[in-house]
Amino acid sequence: MIVLLPVAALISVALGSGLHAFWTSFTNSTALKALEQTLAISAIVAAIGSVMGTLVAWVLVRDQFPGKRILNAVIDLPFALPTIVASLALLGLYGTGSPVGINIALTKTIVAVALLFVTLPFAVRSVQPVLLELDQDVEQAAASLGASNLTTFRRIVLPALRPAILSGTALSFARCMGEYGSIVLLAAAKIQLASLVIFADVESATGSGNSAYQPAAGLSVALLVIALAVLFGLRRWGTDRGR
Amino acid sequence: MVVRPAWKYSLRAVALGYLALLLLAPVVFIFIKTFEHGFSTAWDYVTTPAAISAFWLSVLIAAIAVPLNTIFGVGTAMVLVRSKTRGRKILDALIDIPFVVSPVIIGLSLILVYGLHGWFGSWFIDRGIPIIFNPLGMILATVFVSLPFCVREVAPVLMEVGTEQEQAAATLGASSGQTFWRITLPSIRNGVAYGVVLTTARALGEIGAVAVVSSNVLGSTVSLPLLVKYRTQVPGPGGVSAAYATGTELAVMSLIVLVAMTLLAPQRKDAR
Amino acid sequence: MRIDAEAINKRFGEDFVALDDVTLAVPEGSLTALLGPSGSGKSTLLRIMAGLETPDSGVIKIAGNDVTRARPQERGIGFVFQHYAAFAHMTVRDNVAFGLKIRKRPKADVRAKVDELLDLVGLTQWGGQRPHQLSGGQRQRMALARALAIEPRVLLLDEPFGALDANVRAELRRWLRRLHDEQHVTTVLVTHDQEEAMEVSDTIAVMNKGRIEQVGSPQEVYDAPATDFVMSFLGPISTVAGKLVRPHDISLSHTPAGGDVRATVKRVVHLGFEVRIELAMDDGKTARVQLTRAQTAELGLSEGQEVYVHPPASKVIGRADEHQEAVLAASDDDTLSEAVA
Repeated sequence: MIVLLPVAALISVALGSGLHAFWTSFTNSTALKALEQTLAISAIVAAIGSVMGTLVAWVLVRDQFPGKRILNAVIDLPFALPTIVASLALLGLYGTGSPVGINIALTKTIVAVALLFVTLPFAVRSVQPVLLELDQDVEQAAASLGASNLTTFRRIVLPALRPAILSGTALSFARCMGEYGSIVLLAAAKIQLASLVIFADVESATGSGNSAYQPAAGLSVALLVIALAVLFGLRRWGTDRGR
Repeated sequence: MVVRPAWKYSLRAVALGYLALLLLAPVVFIFIKTFEHGFSTAWDYVTTPAAISAFWLSVLIAAIAVPLNTIFGVGTAMVLVRSKTRGRKILDALIDIPFVVSPVIIGLSLILVYGLHGWFGSWFIDRGIPIIFNPLGMILATVFVSLPFCVREVAPVLMEVGTEQEQAAATLGASSGQTFWRITLPSIRNGVAYGVVLTTARALGEIGAVAVVSSNVLGSTVSLPLLVKYRTQVPGPGGVSAAYATGTELAVMSLIVLVAMTLLAPQRKDAR
Repeated sequence: MRIDAEAINKRFGEDFVALDDVTLAVPEGSLTALLGPSGSGKSTLLRIMAGLETPDSGVIKIAGNDVTRARPQERGIGFVFQHYAAFAHMTVRDNVAFGLKIRKRPKADVRAKVDELLDLVGLTQWGGQRPHQLSGGQRQRMALARALAIEPRVLLLDEPFGALDANVRAELRRWLRRLHDEQHVTTVLVTHDQEEAMEVSDTIAVMNKGRIEQVGSPQEVYDAPATDFVMSFLGPISTVAGKLVRPHDISLSHTPAGGDVRATVKRVVHLGFEVRIELAMDDGKTARVQLTRAQTAELGLSEGQEVYVHPPASKVIGRADEHQEAVLAASDDDTLSEAVA
C-alpha cells in the first residue's frame, strides 16, 4: 500500500513520456556514464567488501583476543551512524588538509572507501552466524585424512559459506548502487554516481506536471532494473550450486 | 582447523588494521575536529537556532516513524509467520523494497505520488495538508525507508518461539487478545526492542529520501543530517567546523543507539 | 467427567488419514492411555479432544455435552505438552496462576491455590524461579500444576515424559499415578511406550494407523491381544511349536516333559536383572526366552547345549499360523542378527 503506490507512480512517469524519452533518460551521456561508473564501483566494492568481510568474520569467530567483544560491537557502527557523518569524516581524514597527509578527495578511491564503510556490516554479519554454526568436526575429519589448511578451507569451509557470502555481497551491491548520504560530500566533477545524477535531475526539474521528473524517473527505473537483476542473479547463483 | 601462529597473527593484524582504518579512524577524527577550537565553540555551533530546530525536527521524525513502524512491524510479522493467506510471499518481497531501493529514488517516487502534480497530491493540498517540501513528507519518507527493520527482526523470533505457548494459553482459558498481550508479545520483546533500535538509527540518520522531499529551508525542513550537508557548503570556518559539530552530535546519538544494539543483540550474533 | 469421541475422522492434506472412524469412551475418573507408534493418530485424537484441532467429522462430548464446535478455552480441559510450553518470561508461580488470573479470581484465592498446587507437585521453593532455571522434570511438574489450577474436567497429556531422561521418566510415571489416585481427574495420556502405558493406566486404547485396535485393561491387552498388531506392539513374542508365547512365560529344562520341544542354546545374554536366551529351534527359526538370573544359574546354561522348551498352555496367546503378521513383526529383529551371524 504505502510501498506499492510510489513504485507504480515511478514506473508510470518513467514510461509516461513515451518510450523514446524513457530510452534517452538513461542513455544520454551523463546518465550512461553515471550508470557505468556506479555499476563498476559497486561491483568492485562489493567484491572487496565480501573478501574483507569474510576475513573479519573469520577473525571474530575463530580467534581470541582481549577486546574482541568491543570490536564485534563496533562492526555495527556503519549501521548506526548517519551516512552523512561518515562522508564528512572521510572527507576530512583523507581529503584536502588531511592530518594524515593523504589526499584522495575527488577520486574514485575515496568513494570506494566510503562505500566499503557503509557495507561492512552486511559483509561481516551475513557470514558470521554461518561460520559460528559451522561444525568443526568436518574440518577435523579433513585434516585427519591429510588435507592441508588451505585445502580444507578451499574445499570444505568456503563452499559451506558460499551462500552466506553471496547473500552478503548481493546486499552490499544493492546498497552501493543506491547509496547517497555517504558519498554526497565526496563526489565532484570527477565521478558521477547514479544517485547524485538522479538527485540533480529532481532538483532541476522544471515545468508543471509529473512529466518534468521524467528524466530522473527514467534513470531511476534503469538503475533499479540493473540492481534487481544482479541481486536476483547473485541469489540464484548462491542457492543453485550451493548444497 | 588448527591455524599456525604465523597465519593467525597476520590474519588478526590484517583484520584489525582494516577495521581501524575504515571504522575507527574516521570516527575519532570527527571528535577531534569538532573540539579543535574548544568545547564552547563546538557548543555554540550545536545551539544555533537552526541547529536546535534541526535537532527537534529529527527527534520528531523519529518519534513518529519509530512507533508507527513498530506497530506495523509486529503486525506484519504476525501475518507473515502465523497466518496462512496466499499473499504472504508477495508481502514478503514488498517488505524488502525499502531495503534495496536507493533512498533518492524513494524520495522521487513519493514526490510523484504526493507532490503538487502527483497522483494524490492535489487531494492532500486541497485539504491544507501539503506533504512534499514539508516535514510531513519527511516523516513519510522516513517511515518508508525504515519500514523493513522491525518486521525482519520480529519475524524470525516469532517463528522460533512457536505456537505452543499460545496453545497452552488457549487451553487455560485465555482469549486471543489476552494471549497476544500476555504471552505472544512478551515472548518476542527482545526482537521488538532490537527492531526499534535499528529503526531509530535509520530514522535519525536518513538523508537520501529526506533530501529529495524536503524544501531545505533552515529552521523548518532541515533535519540534523541535512544540516550537516548544508553546513559543508557554507564557505569559511563557520561552515565546515559547524558541520563537524553537528556531525559529532549525530555521532553521539548514534553511539547511544549502538550501545543499545550491542546490549540487545540476539545471542547468535555474538562471536564466541 | 467422562469424555467421548464418536466416529472421528481426520485427514491431513490429500493422502494422510490420521484418524479413521475412531470411537472411544473414556470413563469418568479413569486414567486412559492412548498407546501406539508415531503416526498412529493418538496425538491427533488427543488434540481433537482438546479443541486444538478440528475433526473432519464426528463428535466429541464432555460430560455428555457436545463440545465439537467449542474452542479449547470453553471446554474446561487441562493440557500438558511434551515440551512443556512453559511461559518463559513468567515465574513458576505466575505460570501456575495464569489460568486463574485470566478468570479474574481474587488475588488471595489465587495465591492460596498456587501454594497448594506447588506443594502438591513439590515445587514450593521454586516458585520465584523462571522455567529455564528448572530441570525438564520440574518444568513438566509445573506444567501439570498449571493445568490442574483451573480444575479441569478432563486432563489431557501429550507424551508428557517423552522429552525426559529414562530415570526421570520412570519417577514421574509413578508420581503421576499417585497424583491421579489422589485427585481422580479424568485423564487421557498419549504415549508410545508400552511399559509406561501398562504401569500408569487403568485402560489402554491401542492405536495403529488411525484406528483403535483394542481397548482394555493392561492385563487384557497383554495377555489377550485382539489383533496381530496389539500382540506384537505390547511386548515381544516367541514362536514355539507353532504357538505364540511371551518370552518370559516360557520355561526351560534339561529333561523333557509332555508337549516339550527340543532346542539348542545359541546365545546367553545377560541384561542386568534378567537373562535372554536365544534358542535355535528344530525348524531352523530362532526363539527367545527370558529367564531370571536365578533360573539361569539353576539350569547352568551354556552355548551349544540342548534344552527342552515348555510353553505353558495357559500362557499361549495364539497360534502362529493365525497371526502371521505378528510373527513377521517379531522376526524383524532376528533378521539382522541372523545376517551378521
